[in-house]
Amino acid sequence: MKRGFIILSVITACLLAYAGYQALVVAPTERTMGDVQRIFYYHVPSAWTAFLLFFINFVASVQFLASAKPSRQAVAKWIVIAIAIIGVIAAFLPAVQEQLKSTGMRPSALATTVLMLPVFYFLIGKWFPGQRLDMLAVTAAEVGVVFCTVVLVTGPIWARPVWGIWWATGDIRLTSTLVLWLIYVSYLVLRRFSNSAQTQMLAAALAVFGALDVPLVYFSIWFFRTQHPQPVIGGGGSIDPRMLHILLINWVSFLCFAFLVCWARFRLELLRRQVEDEYAMESLGEAASTGARASLPLKRNAS
Amino acid sequence: MNEASSSLLSVTFATLKKDIRLEWRSKDALNSMLFFSLLVVVIFSFSFDPLAEESRLIVGGLVWVAFLFAAVVALNQTWARELRNQVLDAYRVSPAPANALFLAKVLGNFIFVIVLEALMTPLFVIFYNLHVLGPAWQLIPLALLGTWALVVNGTFFAAMSLRTRNRELMLPLLLFPISIPAVLGMVAGTTAVLTGDNPAHFYIVLLLTYDVVFTTACLGLFETILHAE
Amino acid sequence: MLPCAWNHPLQYTHLSIGVPSKPTNSVSEPATTNIIVRDLVKQFGRFAALRGVTAEFAAGRFHAILGDNGAGKTTLLRALAGLAHPTRGEILIFGKSPQAACREIGYMAHPSLLYDEMSGMENLRYFAGLYGIAGDKRSEGVIRSVGLDPELARPVGQYSQGMRQRMSLARAILHDPKILLLDEPFSNVDVHSAREMVTLLRSMRDAGKTIFAVTHQALLLEGVADEFIWMQAGQIVDRTDSVHGPRLSTAVNTQQAEVL
Repeated sequence: MKRGFIILSVITACLLAYAGYQALVVAPTERTMGDVQRIFYYHVPSAWTAFLLFFINFVASVQFLASAKPSRQAVAKWIVIAIAIIGVIAAFLPAVQEQLKSTGMRPSALATTVLMLPVFYFLIGKWFPGQRLDMLAVTAAEVGVVFCTVVLVTGPIWARPVWGIWWATGDIRLTSTLVLWLIYVSYLVLRRFSNSAQTQMLAAALAVFGALDVPLVYFSIWFFRTQHPQPVIGGGGSIDPRMLHILLINWVSFLCFAFLVCWARFRLELLRRQVEDEYAMESLGEAASTGARASLPLKRNAS
Repeated sequence: MNEASSSLLSVTFATLKKDIRLEWRSKDALNSMLFFSLLVVVIFSFSFDPLAEESRLIVGGLVWVAFLFAAVVALNQTWARELRNQVLDAYRVSPAPANALFLAKVLGNFIFVIVLEALMTPLFVIFYNLHVLGPAWQLIPLALLGTWALVVNGTFFAAMSLRTRNRELMLPLLLFPISIPAVLGMVAGTTAVLTGDNPAHFYIVLLLTYDVVFTTACLGLFETILHAE
Repeated sequence: MLPCAWNHPLQYTHLSIGVPSKPTNSVSEPATTNIIVRDLVKQFGRFAALRGVTAEFAAGRFHAILGDNGAGKTTLLRALAGLAHPTRGEILIFGKSPQAACREIGYMAHPSLLYDEMSGMENLRYFAGLYGIAGDKRSEGVIRSVGLDPELARPVGQYSQGMRQRMSLARAILHDPKILLLDEPFSNVDVHSAREMVTLLRSMRDAGKTIFAVTHQALLLEGVADEFIWMQAGQIVDRTDSVHGPRLSTAVNTQQAEVL
């Protein structure tokens, strides 16, 4: 474990250095935006990483809630399978294909993505049994909030010279990312302030609410924007293949970095809970533990 | 199944009746809500020029912010009542379904907040010289659906914040981020009706979707939250 | 009609309080084990209120749970009531989980578990509804059986402490449970009311109920309780037939001993 961690750290450091060099020196300068556009190599990979982590948090939370009750587990399992089946069928319906054409996505790509959902769900359930699901959820949420903060800081830095404004309230991606960030901060606040012995349950329920909220946020802002004329921003244009290449290298290095941080954080959480358990079981009066159990008559009926 | 649903209904009704009776005797929640939103109206009227022609554009936001804060006051009050003498434990040890308690609380708060809105709306009209340009009847579904959206999640998160330190502070921290799409729907919908520039249909549909999604989620998870000690 | 034999508890005067009078039923009937607690742990972060409680309790007996503050008495009672979800371990009541067996369990906590703004009858009417008990007959009977008047219109908030404790007991026995869990039933009441309560509980035990009572006034229960369960630091450390013994001084303060 320890050696694997060191090896991965070295690989990540090399990758980050290489990706940084590519982004800052090798990548071509964008014609209209200039050098400011290079922030995009950090902004976008951070956003993708954050969304991935939030998704992991959501799946782990659902699994955790489901594992509390066998009946709920069965329901959750069938819902996930049903979503996968419906998604695959829907991807090949003519009506959906029309829609997909406008976004340039192939139906097979959509079908594969949807199929990944149950695979992901069951693998997480398998690799992280019991309380580990909750530890995974905390880890993903905390690291996700950090990456999401990077997105929210780099976004306005880029927007100021390019759009002329720091923040565009009507912009769908900015605003929904902000709401997501707010939801996950409230998730972390809840975990901190809870005095329940079942904080995990409360947090998992909140995570599910947050995940349900995201599509609604997205659609509400999307409609809000269509009614309110906005400054013409972002949008369109094809990306230079070299830029795409560098972007992907950056993403891979960010993913490695996120994985590394999550690994450390998960391990920390694991140890913290072990210490907590041992402390709780050992610290109280030694008098009770010495010989008390051995001499105790366990079963007493009326004599 | 039939017996279970009848006990759900009867317990919901009994709890609702009990809550209204208690509220009628103390009037804690209603009085504090009313006074609170009155204060908000007055303070806003000093902060913004009520005679400005733009009042129509901002009033949708003001109204709902006032109601949102007032709803938080009411939600904290209804659960505080269950915490006094730990009466909630008496409910929890009984075989009554958890969702009956949830539905009763939601309906009770819904009634309180709707009463508050009915009383406060004339004040807003007076203070801001309102004259509705769009189809005014659409304000009714917006108000009903919007209030339900606030109250259903508010009741759920108030129950959740019972298990936290500084309970009363936690409720807005949990409720507001999740409520953003609903608040946007209410505010933008109300503004659309007031100005008459845009149709408000989409916002009604949005609120309806929000209500259906979160009412289902709350009913599915409330039992877990109630017993998470 | 009440199925219990303690409809007239105010006849307590004929009983000599304080003199050990061994109950008869615990000798004649072989009791069965109906409550099983296995390796129960309840942990709040870095603090464990219960640290591996394993015990079996016979039905139809009166158990007094004694121990210092923070020994885990209340948590054990809440776990038995199904209120506190155990971190580890399990509880079986008549072979079922506490939640599934909730109709068999009556729980009386240290706070009254009643709405202060409503009268006793209004309170019980509401709680009867939660158990699906229709009509006022049962509620009225229970209020009378604890020695109160169902007609009393005063809100519970204005009751004296002794009356409130009795009304709280009435709520706990409303659905005629087989097991009674009582948290400090004699706290903050005068000696007279406490003895009255003890008599009530004794008659209920004699009617076949299983009673668990957490208390600091252990001497009140000498001769009444069948068994004294001593808790310390989240574990059961001893189970005795009499309150007198080496552990007495640790759990019962001597002032109360003088009073009684």
